[in-house]
Amino acid sequence: MNGPHRTAPVSVILGALGSIRSAIFPAIAIAFSGIGGDGRFLIAIGVGAASVVIGTALSYARWRRLTYTIGETDIRVESGLLSRSARSVPYERIQDVSLEAKPLPRLFGLVAVKFETGAGGGDDLALQYLTDAQGERLRQLVRERRDDDVTSASGAGPDAPIRADADADEVLFALPPRRLVTFGLFEFSLAVFAVLGGLLQYADNVTDIDVWNVDLWRSWLEEQGSAVASLGPYAQAAGAVAGLLGLIVIGMTTGVVRTVLRDWGFTLTRGPRGFRRQRGLLTRTDVVMPVHRVQGLVIGTGVVRYRFGWHGLSFVSLAQDSGGESHVVAPFAQMDEIAPIVSAAGFRLPDAGTQWHRASKAHRTDMAIRDAAIFAGLTVVAALFAPTGLFLVPLGAAVLAVGANLYAWEFRRHAIDAAQVYASQGFLSPTQTIASRMKLHSVEIAQGPLARLRGYATVQFGLAGGQFAMHGVPLAEARALRASVLETIAATDYSRLDQAPQ
Amino acid sequence: MDHAPAVTPAAASIDDDDAPTRLHPNYAHALRVRTTLTAIPFLIGALVAEAAIRKAALIPQGLIAGTVLVIALALIIRVPARRYNARGYQISADRLRVVRGLLFRVDTVVPFGRVQHIDVQQDPIERFFGIATLTIHTAGNHNASVSLPGLGEPLARDMREAIRGHIRRETV
Repeated sequence: MNGPHRTAPVSVILGALGSIRSAIFPAIAIAFSGIGGDGRFLIAIGVGAASVVIGTALSYARWRRLTYTIGETDIRVESGLLSRSARSVPYERIQDVSLEAKPLPRLFGLVAVKFETGAGGGDDLALQYLTDAQGERLRQLVRERRDDDVTSASGAGPDAPIRADADADEVLFALPPRRLVTFGLFEFSLAVFAVLGGLLQYADNVTDIDVWNVDLWRSWLEEQGSAVASLGPYAQAAGAVAGLLGLIVIGMTTGVVRTVLRDWGFTLTRGPRGFRRQRGLLTRTDVVMPVHRVQGLVIGTGVVRYRFGWHGLSFVSLAQDSGGESHVVAPFAQMDEIAPIVSAAGFRLPDAGTQWHRASKAHRTDMAIRDAAIFAGLTVVAALFAPTGLFLVPLGAAVLAVGANLYAWEFRRHAIDAAQVYASQGFLSPTQTIASRMKLHSVEIAQGPLARLRGYATVQFGLAGGQFAMHGVPLAEARALRASVLETIAATDYSRLDQAPQ
Repeated sequence: MDHAPAVTPAAASIDDDDAPTRLHPNYAHALRVRTTLTAIPFLIGALVAEAAIRKAALIPQGLIAGTVLVIALALIIRVPARRYNARGYQISADRLRVVRGLLFRVDTVVPFGRVQHIDVQQDPIERFFGIATLTIHTAGNHNASVSLPGLGEPLARDMREAIRGHIRRETV
């Protein structure tokens, strides 16, 4: 297990397939364009073949030149064709190990193994592709090396602990298919229209129909319009309602499809060494997060789903989750399902004893005036220049802005207790953030000109891997908050954070 | 002008809401030089514009260049002094406080126990005036790096040593 290893040989084939995929479109473009007259199909095939051969050769060479070594204290990866690079990542610094199986590698039983160090996005260590068993073994090894450094370093049979581990895992949260569909219905999305727009543009390039020709559409619309006009008002209204219903159906279907693809078989388990999350229908991912790496919690929700009591829980940590800032650990759950996960992570949910403080009323008034002022300005412009009656639209928006801000004040709250800080905010539904006082890194009191005049401030805490802010806090209270949080922070050094009691 | 390297770990119970320590007076001068350098291209642009529309005689001569000059002078003479007054720091036994901002006031405190690494930088202008910028980095996303410009160069180095010493003491 110790010498330099190569990734799975099938990776070469996958690399070659990738180059074919990227060669297809240029080849088609050449075939349909005027380049080379009659011989253009030959040229297209030639270009396609050449890029496939070169791509395969490169893929093979890259595979030959990439080796990884599992050392006593670190993982080392050497790679590069001409300019070589050698990277070493100590086990101590690995935030989490994730296995990702995209559809194609999955057919071959391969996974991409990623080691998150929190060094930021693209700089993390990734091995594409290892076999399932290799990936799982590597992950197990990393976990053991890090946790009980020397004792298990000589562990000859890593297979036994895996079994023991798997049995000990306790399922904290799972999304059964029915729940998944309900979740999908709330994930209403019209993204499909953006995709259609992109396809249209593509069609524009390869066909003769000029999609962006306004006259073409206008004449078509006029044709249809006169047909609609001849139907009479009731039929028109019915048509509009049907169109709206159609949109809703499309949006919900998109939501369900996307959610099922992403979260199929969502399982969160808690083992002796941390949390483990598996999800995905086509692209299957499998992430392990050590408990002590969780820096804070975010409990989000949506405007509609909040009314039905659904929330989503994410862990804030230095590692990133497929582009997102935090790891989603319970995307769609009731609060009583979230509570055990929160306590497993060593945090506490706010309860009846939590003393919430609201944002200052001056802040509420200022926000409402500020947002309404923009629309009020538009109202004046519309009243002066636009056709009569049109000014009612921005006027209505101004009234709505005031209402929304007054309502948002209901959710803008913060609290502090012996171990944690809490903040909640949002326009029509609250997003709650919870962080451990000890795991904060700095405290800032920020005030704009208006805030200084009216005596409130934003308190910003430095949270590793996320944001934590309390808005509209009265100045004296902000200072008191800062003083007490700083006492906690200064008591423990950064290097002792991991061992510190929760 | 000689700022004594006074990193006195004053009474640990220092209040974070006190008036902060002022920066090195040369910081205001350095700000002026920087603003002047920024203003020069705009002045040249204004003169070119003057020359270009001279024949058309649409507006009185010197209006554009004059306006730009007045704004530049205000920015060079008045604003740096106010920015200098708005900035400050406070260092105590276990934390550093940095205050900045003319319109948007920001008041940050970083405990030494959370400092990841420390930089002392000097650009050519700062070198000329004998001042330096101290930057401390934390692991938090917000305030990942907090910089404190306008310290006397020896003071900046002493502060770096003091903070570093504190980190080492805590970890041993």
